[in-house]
Amino acid sequence: MEEIKMVKYRKQILVCSGAGCDSRHSEEILDNLKLELEALALENDIQVIKTGCFGLCGLGPVVKIMPDDIIYTKVTPEDAVEIISEHIVKGKKIERLVYKDPLTQKLVSASSEMASFKKQLRIVLRNCGIIDPESIGEAIARDAYLALGKVLKEMKPVDVIKLIQDSGLRGRGGAGFPTGLKWKLAFENKSDEKYVVCNADEGDPGAFMDRSVLEGDPHSVLEAMAICGYCIGSSRGLIYIRAEYPLAVARLITAIKQARDIGLLGNDIFGSGFNFDIEIKYGAGAFVCGEETALIHSMEGLRGEPTVKPPFPVESGFRGKPTNVNNVETFACISPIILKGASWFSSIGTEKSKGTKVFALAGKINNVGLIEVPMGTTLREVIFEIGGGIQYGKKFKAVQTGGPSGGCLTEKHLDTPIDFDNLVAAGSMMGSGGMIVMDEDDCMVSISKYYLDFTMDESCGKCSPCRIGNTRLHELLEHICKGNGTMADLDRLRNMSLVIKDTALCGLGQSSPNPVLSTLENFMDEYVAHVVDKKCPAGKCRDLMQYFIISDNCVGCTACARVCPVNAITGERKEPHLINPSICIKCGACIEKCKFDAIIIK
Amino acid sequence: METMKLTIDNKIIEVPKGTTLFKAARELGIEIPTLCYMELHDLNIENKPAGCRICVVEVQGRRNLAPSCATNCENGMVVKTHSTRVLNARRTVMEFILSDHPKECLICPKSGSCDLQNMAIRLGIREIPGTEIAKMSTYRKDTSPSIIRDLDKCIMCRRCETMCNDVQTVGALSAINRGFMAVVSPAFEQNLEHSTCTYCGQCVAVCPTGALTEVDHTPDILRALADPTKTVIVQTAPAVRAALGEEFGMEPGTLVTGKMVAALRVLGFKYVFDTDFAADLTIMEEGSEFLDRLSRHLKGDESAKLPILTSCCPGWVNFFESYFPDLKDIPSTAKSPQQMFGAIAKTYFAEKIGIGRKDLVVVSIMPCLAKKYECQREEFSTDGNRDVDYSISTRELAAFIKQANIDLNNLESEEFDSPMGESTGAGVIFGNTGGVIEAAVRTAYELNTGKKLEKVDFMELRGLEGVREATIDFNGTPIRIGIAHGLGNARKLLNDVRAGKSKFHAIEIMACPGGCIGGGGQPLHHGNSDIIKARAAAIYREDKKKILRKSHENPFIIKLYKEFLGKPNSEKAHHLLHTHYFDKKKKFIVKQ
Amino acid sequence: MKQIRTLADLIKIKDEYLSKSKESEKKDAPGGKVRIRVHMGTSGIASGARAIHDFLTIELEKRNIDAIVIKTGDMGYCFAEPTIEVTLPGEEPVIFGNVDKLRADEIIEKFIKNGEYVEGILPVNYQIIN
Repeated sequence: MEEIKMVKYRKQILVCSGAGCDSRHSEEILDNLKLELEALALENDIQVIKTGCFGLCGLGPVVKIMPDDIIYTKVTPEDAVEIISEHIVKGKKIERLVYKDPLTQKLVSASSEMASFKKQLRIVLRNCGIIDPESIGEAIARDAYLALGKVLKEMKPVDVIKLIQDSGLRGRGGAGFPTGLKWKLAFENKSDEKYVVCNADEGDPGAFMDRSVLEGDPHSVLEAMAICGYCIGSSRGLIYIRAEYPLAVARLITAIKQARDIGLLGNDIFGSGFNFDIEIKYGAGAFVCGEETALIHSMEGLRGEPTVKPPFPVESGFRGKPTNVNNVETFACISPIILKGASWFSSIGTEKSKGTKVFALAGKINNVGLIEVPMGTTLREVIFEIGGGIQYGKKFKAVQTGGPSGGCLTEKHLDTPIDFDNLVAAGSMMGSGGMIVMDEDDCMVSISKYYLDFTMDESCGKCSPCRIGNTRLHELLEHICKGNGTMADLDRLRNMSLVIKDTALCGLGQSSPNPVLSTLENFMDEYVAHVVDKKCPAGKCRDLMQYFIISDNCVGCTACARVCPVNAITGERKEPHLINPSICIKCGACIEKCKFDAIIIK
Repeated sequence: METMKLTIDNKIIEVPKGTTLFKAARELGIEIPTLCYMELHDLNIENKPAGCRICVVEVQGRRNLAPSCATNCENGMVVKTHSTRVLNARRTVMEFILSDHPKECLICPKSGSCDLQNMAIRLGIREIPGTEIAKMSTYRKDTSPSIIRDLDKCIMCRRCETMCNDVQTVGALSAINRGFMAVVSPAFEQNLEHSTCTYCGQCVAVCPTGALTEVDHTPDILRALADPTKTVIVQTAPAVRAALGEEFGMEPGTLVTGKMVAALRVLGFKYVFDTDFAADLTIMEEGSEFLDRLSRHLKGDESAKLPILTSCCPGWVNFFESYFPDLKDIPSTAKSPQQMFGAIAKTYFAEKIGIGRKDLVVVSIMPCLAKKYECQREEFSTDGNRDVDYSISTRELAAFIKQANIDLNNLESEEFDSPMGESTGAGVIFGNTGGVIEAAVRTAYELNTGKKLEKVDFMELRGLEGVREATIDFNGTPIRIGIAHGLGNARKLLNDVRAGKSKFHAIEIMACPGGCIGGGGQPLHHGNSDIIKARAAAIYREDKKKILRKSHENPFIIKLYKEFLGKPNSEKAHHLLHTHYFDKKKKFIVKQ
Repeated sequence: MKQIRTLADLIKIKDEYLSKSKESEKKDAPGGKVRIRVHMGTSGIASGARAIHDFLTIELEKRNIDAIVIKTGDMGYCFAEPTIEVTLPGEEPVIFGNVDKLRADEIIEKFIKNGEYVEGILPVNYQIIN
């Protein structure tokens, strides 16, 4: 075996190049540090390297010195000299650059102490990327099944339910129904048989937190389902998962088998007399099957369509028995609440939304991926600090929260603390936690059309407003994008949207017009531009674009006229050419051919 | 009983717990419009998908509008059924539905009795915004021997699905596709002909629009009537006379036997006969078969299988051929009255009037759509010439009468022609659930015991319970009888037979709820089960009026056996009046 | 693994695992091993994590480095997949993003062998409950 060598460099300086720090000249800091080291001929002794985001964006730019484990905050390019001369050369901590706690006036510089200043807090994702999901031992080493053992050995079902109620946990599937209350209702409905169902039918495009949890930490869900079974008096758990998640399914199967093998699922768990086992049910990936009644019908082998509630599944669910349906992310919160207590959990978040929420960042944002933040974090923090801001330095335009049927929020909502109620008040919703960011290049009319395209496709077709109404909305938006809309159409668009919301049977239809309503509310001027000026301000709607030749730039080379497939371009050689808009099909061939930038789109 | 007190349209009402807003409002005289909701109370049938969203109402404090058909009353609720918010929503939803519905009311078979058309009138819809850019969901049209499916007109009320799956357990129709293209269809978009459909027509009976209709055979009949080389005769089933009047504005339950006969004569039928005559004949054959099997069975002959099942209902025959082919030697081999009539008409009667069978056209008027398929079965024709050429429903006859400008209300009653127009009360009650077995008991009892029946009315065999049973004392031998109407109920009895657990000697089954009076070809009941009850009562009234009420006392039946058939179950009778059944399970192939 | 009947059974398994990993985390100890976690959820695998996992397993053995390579789920750094986490004995874990074979090779040669940082470090930008 080769001996692992000692660190070659004496010290290493890590400069954060996350979006927040970068915008405050971290690149210059990096350059200055390197220059200074070269000046002192220390470049072979001391390594300077740029890194991704430290998550301390509010305190940036951030510089960390290793192995001393000292973090300097709010560093400027001018501080580089001092960092080298004082810290590196003399070994003295620069107190001026160390973060001072405003309350205690204590200096905080070690990275472990800085942790609490990080925006992200991982409860649901606590084990993701850390344990081997196919090893139950690794999960147990990180306290898996400890809460189950504690519950079975030391607590009565009512006490556990009380604990969950006290924690303030609300369902993470979208509607935010209090989880403890749901368990209580399921507990109170007497029956010879009850079911615990895990809703893993994650359907929002771009949202994949449930998949990540199941792939990275399946035992957290299995354990919580067993706890739920104990609380409500059920011995059968069912996981409804879409067949498009093969890796998650494979890891779940392995996890269930491992848990059974050592008696953590099955009969007489922990010698307590409690029996619980879990079965996997596969879905075909219909969006509407995330709705709990539709999900239950699908599990029963029936057509996946919702039915009117009440009766709620906790009264009459799978096979007509009381059934408690919770989302993957909700279940993943359970064991930490039991191990760390209700007050710990309820200390995180806002008044009515406790704990953390996982969001899937997507769209025109730099750090596409999953994040987990305490409820109450603002959209600005999520998008501009954790998410690293908008790609290519473009201007932020809107963020769609809550999946395809959420609303588009704008600049004015950026400082809204994210929680269930605030998002609804702003005209959107939490949904399962998708966040799709749009920039100045996005046409909001096309965006709402795009989302309707999805909901229209995923409607089950049971109720008239969703089946037909969404199609009519989509058609009208298309009409507007083609430049054929009128101001009266906008009124109709709003009326149809409101009626669909008011009359649709299930959550899908009741929320599908949200993108239309929120864009009508926040981007009315863009709609007006489409219907009155027949212009698409973002330049996305093809039918509203026109090709022009700038006569000053045109040299009359005839290249464009020769390439035009429909002969829309005319003009004498060496004279400025003209495009006939009634013939032009906007294929763009002329622009590609023109060497003089004479053709523009307006 | 726990009650709920609430306010609907400023009126206070107290209703039992579990009552829906829709029903509570109805008690107050407020009729909330709906397209999908349907309840046949006495038959325990309810269709409540809450899908059309026309019946939405405003409940104070609730975020969105509530479907009144599926929302239960609660204490302190304040409900507005016709607020501006409700009216606007209702109209907009109606516009949605109409925007995806063909505008061809001029030639739609349902025009005039279409729930959707009536709703459009009721809601005062005069234009459908956005029609010029609205695409329509269109589907392949499907024609079967009995039923036409024109799914462009389907509004997804799911009534047909409830009838087909929940009531009849046939499972031929269910929702397929998603979103805008969602529609009710056999699996894999097969034709009805390649599905398990029994042609019972209950789907057609409840369809609010022209999506499901019967195949119209009146043009064929008109052509035959206009052909001078043809002799066209007609038979009318018992249930028709108890319902036809409804189509002409008469009270449900009005008997129009004589007027119907007169109308058929005006239409040009050479002879107007009665299927009741053939029903009496059926009793002779089926009753004798039963007594034969019973006596052999009681003697310990294992080849004599019991219970015997009635076989006059073609929907029911299709059902067991599809779902219980293993039991196909249990039903009586007797043909249905329609086919017995056809067989006798094209032989005995044709001979009597001296014409060949090809020149004799036999038409039947039936409350039924499965009869259309039945008369097209290959085994019921000779050299390609059908025993019954055309079968039309009560509804088609009504339309035919209207087409000929005949004023049914003011026609003088006329009598059926002889000989095949003569019948007993036993033949009449074939139209009700329990009627066939009651008729059979009247005859079998007397033939078996040699005694005269004291009391002809067997009240224990009547009623609307889905499954009924009774024990009749045959001179010391208790005969246990089971009755089921609606194929779902039939399935329960059949499962017992298959499992060897059935305690019955004889079982009567009719495919339609209520029996033939509730048949798929009857005037539309629009969800009112009182209509079905009134028809049943009319049938029993007709029976009561008859002097002869037992099939074996029908003098023309006696004559028929004497002159032509010999005796019941003779070789000739077997050849003409009995049939055999097929295993149709193999029929269902998935063709792409 | 043996059947768990009591809480003590569970805690015993936990302790076994913890002491095993503590052993390998000790600096310069005979059990000291480099631990590498390859994040292999759907996002990671789709970006090529499987090839990186195989490359590391084979190369570390070839180059005689005593290391454990573990497959885990994703951490959520979708913008930088494939990602891996490397823990040198006695050191804090370091996460690298956008790891291709070239960078993986660099990580072995520079970071694992010499403790020298290479491009692509993703600092742990979140707190985690313990």
